[in-house]
Amino acid sequence: MSDHIVKSYDEDLAALKMLLAQMGGLAEQQLDDAIDALSRRDTTLADRVIQNDERIDMLERQIEERAITMIAKRQPMARDLREIMVAIRVASDLERIGDLAKNTAKRAHAISEALPRKLMTGVTRMGRLAQSELKDILDAYARSDAEKALEVWRSDEELDSLYNSIFRELLTYMMEDPRNISLCTHLLFGAKNMERIGDHATNIAENIFYQVHGKTLIESRPKRDTTSTLSMHNPNADD
Amino acid sequence: MDMMPQAVVTPPSPRIMAERQVRIEARDVNIFYGEKHAIKNLSIAIPDRAVSSFIGPSGCGKSTFLRAINRMNDTIPTCRMTGDITLDGNSIYDRDLDVVQLRAKIGMVFQKPNPFPKSIYENVAYGPRIHGISNSKTELDEIVEKSLKRAGLWEEVKDRLNHPGTGLSGGQQQRLCIASAIAVSPEVILMDEPCSALDPIATARIEELIDELKQNYCIVIVTHSMQQAARVSQLTAFFHLGILVEFGDTDEMFTAPQEKRTQDYITGRFG
Amino acid sequence: MTEVRKGLIAKRYATERRFRIYGATALALTALFIVFLLADIVIKGLPAFTEPRVKLDVTGAADKVDAAKPAAGDYEAIVREALRARFPTVSGRAERRKLNGLLSQGAADDLRRMVVADPALIGKTFPFAALLSDDADLFYKGRQTGVALTKGATSLQFAESGEAYVITGDVAGLSPGQIVLVNEGALRITGIANGAAQAEALARPVTLNPAAAGGWNIMTLAKPEADRRISDQEIIWLEELKSEGVVEKAFATRFFTSGDSREPELAGLRGALVGSLLTVLVALALSIPLGVAAAIYLEEFAAKNRLTDIIEVNINNLAAVPSIIFGLLGLAMFLSFFGLPRSAPLVGGLVLALLVLPTIIIAARAALKAVPPSIKEAALGVGASHQQAVFHHVLPLALPGILTGIILGLARAFGETAPLLMIGMVAFIVDIPKGFESAATVLPVQIFLWSDLPEIAFQSKTAAAIMVLLAVLFSLNAVAIYLRRRFERRW
Repeated sequence: MSDHIVKSYDEDLAALKMLLAQMGGLAEQQLDDAIDALSRRDTTLADRVIQNDERIDMLERQIEERAITMIAKRQPMARDLREIMVAIRVASDLERIGDLAKNTAKRAHAISEALPRKLMTGVTRMGRLAQSELKDILDAYARSDAEKALEVWRSDEELDSLYNSIFRELLTYMMEDPRNISLCTHLLFGAKNMERIGDHATNIAENIFYQVHGKTLIESRPKRDTTSTLSMHNPNADD
Repeated sequence: MDMMPQAVVTPPSPRIMAERQVRIEARDVNIFYGEKHAIKNLSIAIPDRAVSSFIGPSGCGKSTFLRAINRMNDTIPTCRMTGDITLDGNSIYDRDLDVVQLRAKIGMVFQKPNPFPKSIYENVAYGPRIHGISNSKTELDEIVEKSLKRAGLWEEVKDRLNHPGTGLSGGQQQRLCIASAIAVSPEVILMDEPCSALDPIATARIEELIDELKQNYCIVIVTHSMQQAARVSQLTAFFHLGILVEFGDTDEMFTAPQEKRTQDYITGRFG
Repeated sequence: MTEVRKGLIAKRYATERRFRIYGATALALTALFIVFLLADIVIKGLPAFTEPRVKLDVTGAADKVDAAKPAAGDYEAIVREALRARFPTVSGRAERRKLNGLLSQGAADDLRRMVVADPALIGKTFPFAALLSDDADLFYKGRQTGVALTKGATSLQFAESGEAYVITGDVAGLSPGQIVLVNEGALRITGIANGAAQAEALARPVTLNPAAAGGWNIMTLAKPEADRRISDQEIIWLEELKSEGVVEKAFATRFFTSGDSREPELAGLRGALVGSLLTVLVALALSIPLGVAAAIYLEEFAAKNRLTDIIEVNINNLAAVPSIIFGLLGLAMFLSFFGLPRSAPLVGGLVLALLVLPTIIIAARAALKAVPPSIKEAALGVGASHQQAVFHHVLPLALPGILTGIILGLARAFGETAPLLMIGMVAFIVDIPKGFESAATVLPVQIFLWSDLPEIAFQSKTAAAIMVLLAVLFSLNAVAIYLRRRFERRW
């Protein structure tokens, strides 16, 4: 796409993208740290994550302000308008991702005893998967790559199925020994947070698609999160 | 970017056409100013009771085409036209057609408010008078009042109908011109950049007026302000270098246009 | 700021100042020329607007005027008698003829008119202001010679010696040619010898009593008698009339009410004014409709093609053609081919119509062009036909401009001389023109004619006629400006 006749318009848009890249990087970092804190039960790291969330919130506010100023000043049309609107939405998704990371890190405090390795690995794997999904989607956003975004969008399926299996595992574990319930609930929330992060990544993917094509993604996403129908009595109900 | 003249651009059939009948239709219209090929193979269907706006950079031919719709180009000796334009299915370039009658049916409002240097009343009454629409003074009074009311000017000028029309403010003058156009009960109103000389408040008044008028008229407006096109029109046509690049629902044109040239133009990227 | 830039700026200001000085100088020079020209004309011309008359008591004696036919009376004799009555000492044919010469021929005509208008005057004695000749007129206006009066410083004795006189006493201050005014007589010094001056009487003194110092005067005439059209004798008479207080200066209505004449004091402008009026009337009656119609057609209706281009170029060319060519055209076409009368306002008007036609067309087209196209478009937009748009909207707005063009054309027609010379409007015509086909002349041609005449009095008449012409032209321009201001519309 050629440049705007008014150069400062391009500069404004670039600055907006820059802020988003910064925010994306920060969210990635937070997620990474949160997973580490949880898996290593590193409360110092967890505290840092909790503190850093403030910065993400601040960035979101900045992006929002800039976007609103641009709308007022430039009256953006067509692709520019979509870009700015999408920036606001992506920022809000990233802010939610930051919150989820913070929430996950908090749980490092709650988990006092050592975890069964197997359970821990599952949650960590989910974390890494969500992390790579986030990274890919941020790449796609930076390059306005709708194809890549679509890929990420489809790959979220994987995260969903992983969550399903962890959910069942934790459920089984809790049924085996009620003393595990507290621990497992925390882990379950951790896993759920990762799954939510994946959902936000798909939101971002949809927004990238809209930004590029000017159309909303009508195709329905394969949703593999079936946990809402699972019960204590029949953990493997719908398989 | 592809700047070569294209073949016939058939406008996409916009959603809005489904509910409304076509009032003006142009087929393979080519217009020349001497050597200059001002409009190239233009085909378009403009619906009734809606506002269609023509946008595009200066010299893109939008005004030329607008003026072709009420044969205003006839007054320019070097201007030639091929193809056909129809109003309700009847060719307006028919030899038997009386251009004066046509212009009564297709009113026009110009870029610069151009009231006659006569009283407000005379400005509005001029059209009906020369067309013999009214026979009596009371009838004429009624037409003047009705037209001024429709143009949203009545309250402001009812006490000074005998004052010169040129003494009004720019926005009032433009509404006076619209009242004069309405006074001959046209079916179509063409507006050639009606707000380009007005301040934002006066512009808003005119836009409000256009919005009301679209209930009864087929309105075509040429504008340089994309925001204005976005605000007042249901359909937008983008002209570039004499070619109708894109014609579609305004809502889509300004969020997600089909053509790259349209996109570049409306986002301010034209080189 | 660097020194270089400072220098540049100073230079720029200097250039600007210099340019202003050039402009102001040019303006001042132009103003000077105009003031000089106007002053010259006014100074020369103003005297022509007054005429001297001598108040006489005339008797409408029955032997000279027949009450039944007052118009046929010998009024010349009546006026002459009345004047002679003022100079009882004048005798001899030659002297009397000279005395009569002070009166204009017009005096008798004036008297005739007066008596014819009021036949009751016949047989009565009544006051009458008789017009003086142009020489007398010029003398009173100081155009003949300078007259200096000095009081005699010593006592003066003089004695008759036959027809002549001998002046004794202190004659050192006297020289030949001077006139000694003493005892109501006038003695012209003819020579000085042996402490006595010989003198001849222009008017005989009443007594021969010696005059004391200060009791007599010496009149010195700046121009010798041989070089002027008026003799010493006449000067003495005129001076006497003046000193008696019977000479009056009156506004010369004659200048505007009578036709041309060979006698400068009788010559008037009326013939030329009426001729001008008739000529211009014909010219305008022809050129306004033609010019305006042509302008409207060319500007609004004609197709823009090669033919109209050629016509347009030729109209512009026509405006630049020297006016004498139009005169030749008039001569060849109207006089030789159509056989129209020579010297007639009709032909003059036709020629002037051709002359101002391009001016009017160009001005009218410019005025039409100056009307913003939006006005026409607005009219077309509400469904007016082309003609309605032009006649309802464009023409009324262009009218002030068209009127200005017409008036400027009119001014040009008024001031034009050359083409009228070619068609014979240069003749000496005494009668006021009666119609479009009677012989006539026009104001500028009249000026041309008068300027050529040898009588000094005509110089003044010429200047006065120029003043009248300028007044007419200035008022036409004033009307043009007024119309433009009055009807100019803002849009």
